[in-house]
Amino acid sequence: MKISRPSRRSAVARIAAAGIALATGIGAAMAQDTIKIGYIDPLSGPGATVGEVGLKTFQFLVEELNAKGGAAGKKFEVIGYDNKTNPQESLIQAQKAVDAGARIITQGNGSGVAAALVDWVNKYNERNPGKEVLYLNYAAVDPILTNDKCSFWHFRWDANSDIKMEALTNYMKPKTNIKKVYLINQDYSFGQSLRAIARTMLKAKRPDIEIVGDELHPLLKVTDFSPYIAKIKASGADTVITGNWSQDFALLLKAAADAGLNVEWYTYYAGGTGGPTAIKQTGLNHKVYAIVEGFPNGELAAARETEKAFRAKYNSTNFYPRAFNEMRMLAAAINKANSTDGAKVAAALEDMKFEVFDGGEGQMRKDDHQFFQPMYLGSFGDIDKAKEPFDEEGTGWGWRQLAKIELKDTMLPTTCKMVRP
Amino acid sequence: MLELVLISTLNGVLYGLLLFLMASGLTLIFSMMGVLNFAHASFYMLGAFVGYQISKWAGFWPGLILAPLIVGAAGMLVERFGLRNVHKNGHVAELLFTFGLAFVMEELVQIVWGKAPVDYRVPALLDFPAFTLFTTNYPAYKLFMLAISLAIFVGLFAMLTRTRIGLIVQAALTHPNMVAHLGHNVPLIFMSVFGVGAGLAAIAGVIAGPALVTQSTMAALLGPILFVVVVVGGLGSLSGALVASLLIGLLQTFAISSNASMADLFAFSGFSPQPNTIMNDLWRVSVAQIAPILPYLLLVLMLMFRPTGLMGNRES
Repeated sequence: MKISRPSRRSAVARIAAAGIALATGIGAAMAQDTIKIGYIDPLSGPGATVGEVGLKTFQFLVEELNAKGGAAGKKFEVIGYDNKTNPQESLIQAQKAVDAGARIITQGNGSGVAAALVDWVNKYNERNPGKEVLYLNYAAVDPILTNDKCSFWHFRWDANSDIKMEALTNYMKPKTNIKKVYLINQDYSFGQSLRAIARTMLKAKRPDIEIVGDELHPLLKVTDFSPYIAKIKASGADTVITGNWSQDFALLLKAAADAGLNVEWYTYYAGGTGGPTAIKQTGLNHKVYAIVEGFPNGELAAARETEKAFRAKYNSTNFYPRAFNEMRMLAAAINKANSTDGAKVAAALEDMKFEVFDGGEGQMRKDDHQFFQPMYLGSFGDIDKAKEPFDEEGTGWGWRQLAKIELKDTMLPTTCKMVRP
Repeated sequence: MLELVLISTLNGVLYGLLLFLMASGLTLIFSMMGVLNFAHASFYMLGAFVGYQISKWAGFWPGLILAPLIVGAAGMLVERFGLRNVHKNGHVAELLFTFGLAFVMEELVQIVWGKAPVDYRVPALLDFPAFTLFTTNYPAYKLFMLAISLAIFVGLFAMLTRTRIGLIVQAALTHPNMVAHLGHNVPLIFMSVFGVGAGLAAIAGVIAGPALVTQSTMAALLGPILFVVVVVGGLGSLSGALVASLLIGLLQTFAISSNASMADLFAFSGFSPQPNTIMNDLWRVSVAQIAPILPYLLLVLMLMFRPTGLMGNRES
């Protein structure tokens, strides 16, 4: 390095110091101005199609809440962090979000990611008392997150996998045309827990049903499902149960359409991006079922208005009524606590009762931080435009609501032993 | 059962031929220049995206012709202005160059076309079931993919073995100095081979894009398998690459359709593991579940017991 004259060096140093002071000053001021929410989900790679829609949903919600004045006098702000559906990467992104001033992180895609984040948040909060981070989970449904691995800092707004399977199998119970069931799921914690509970529940409710296949495939890596479809076909199955999401669902159905596989599909996530288009290709009219907390064609007028506004703005379906419940309840909890302090907001959320997006009362159970809400089962196919105004992805087909599962029927027990700070 | 076998065979052969389209270029480039081109699968990805872009402007068919030409030209430029300069610094530098290039291309594709998958459609002309085997439909587009791959294999093979160009290329493979002394422009041959290799990968991209998913991670998903194909087939062997591609295609497809596990394998001996032990899980993992790692297992075994590959004649 060249030695410069002292006066010049000190001038440079002074400018640099001023710059740093200015930068940190601005940073601190901005951190105080808004309630930052770190959105940690795939924004690249195979999971990006659903991750992008999720981010739009949260942006939509932030605008909605800010238009009403935010919460506790502060405005909300959502910042997207791309975790590439990778647990390791998620922790790096979570740290980045917290470094940027977020005290609330939200994530949904992948229970493997969710489990890693729960551990991370637990550790972070232990080491940083007074700066607690809340983890709001809007879609990772592995039951373990509100059972053995439950955490005071984690709240889940989506019905967990067991609740959804309970509803699906209850619906399947009286259907005598179901004789041979095939399970195909993604090979990670969620897919594994789904197939175990599906076996248990089918055995209890319909012991006559034969499970002719139980497949696990790599998560978000398969681009051609034809070999799997050939296997389903060879098994003679009349019904398939799958928890596949994002492209793992769309491509599975695309391959089924190509091969002309004619079975009924019981799913969790048929509505995700690409799913409706693929179902239309199969021609399976009202033979693909899904269990959700609300369909676009739900009956509540207010929900339909929001759906309309969402579609007008983003040209995409609102897949996440649960995200609406999450953010609206977060705002209510912050107002109730009159603070953005993690521990206080968490305490305010516990046992909170709330009018959900699609109508009816929901409840955040204190024992395990699982949110319970009425659930709906529906099928995808041609719709009566007068009564069911929304189709999906320009296919002309849409969701038809078939059954409502009341709040009390969704309340499954938990093994959670909540540790409170 | 017969239906499953036949359909799996068709699926496996199709996947194998797609692999071959890419592996053929990779193995030619390797045997000629000694460069293991890490960016090869990126040309496949680039082909799919360029094909998609052209299909949006002018339809699928112009894309099928133009995209490989454009990507092939890009490949030539990479060789002429990139690899050739790096070549002076030895093989490690070349390896690192192609390694870096793969990342650069992925980033570029993400900047231009975004990170989410693009909607690359099968042309309407081919969007129907070609025939029904027992009860399973076989899409016309897949038949078309099969036909294109086979045609290219035959064409490539004929060119290499029956024409004067092929003669010179083959000579340059083994005796580049001699070919240069005979007055041929060896750098030009290298550049052309690199371009053709990239173009072949691009064809694979254009035809696979609509059937699989056109996204920026598609290179990373397929790249590692290509090296397996090249090593198993034998470095620098075109027919070896074909055999290895088909072998891996069929291996993966049939592994998926199998339900067997270690427990089944040993069932006849009357030995069965205790339930509820850690090993029990491992014991019951089905062949279908480990299908994705089978090619790599094959790679390891091949390197251990036959390092020259199935049809290769030199170790490298």
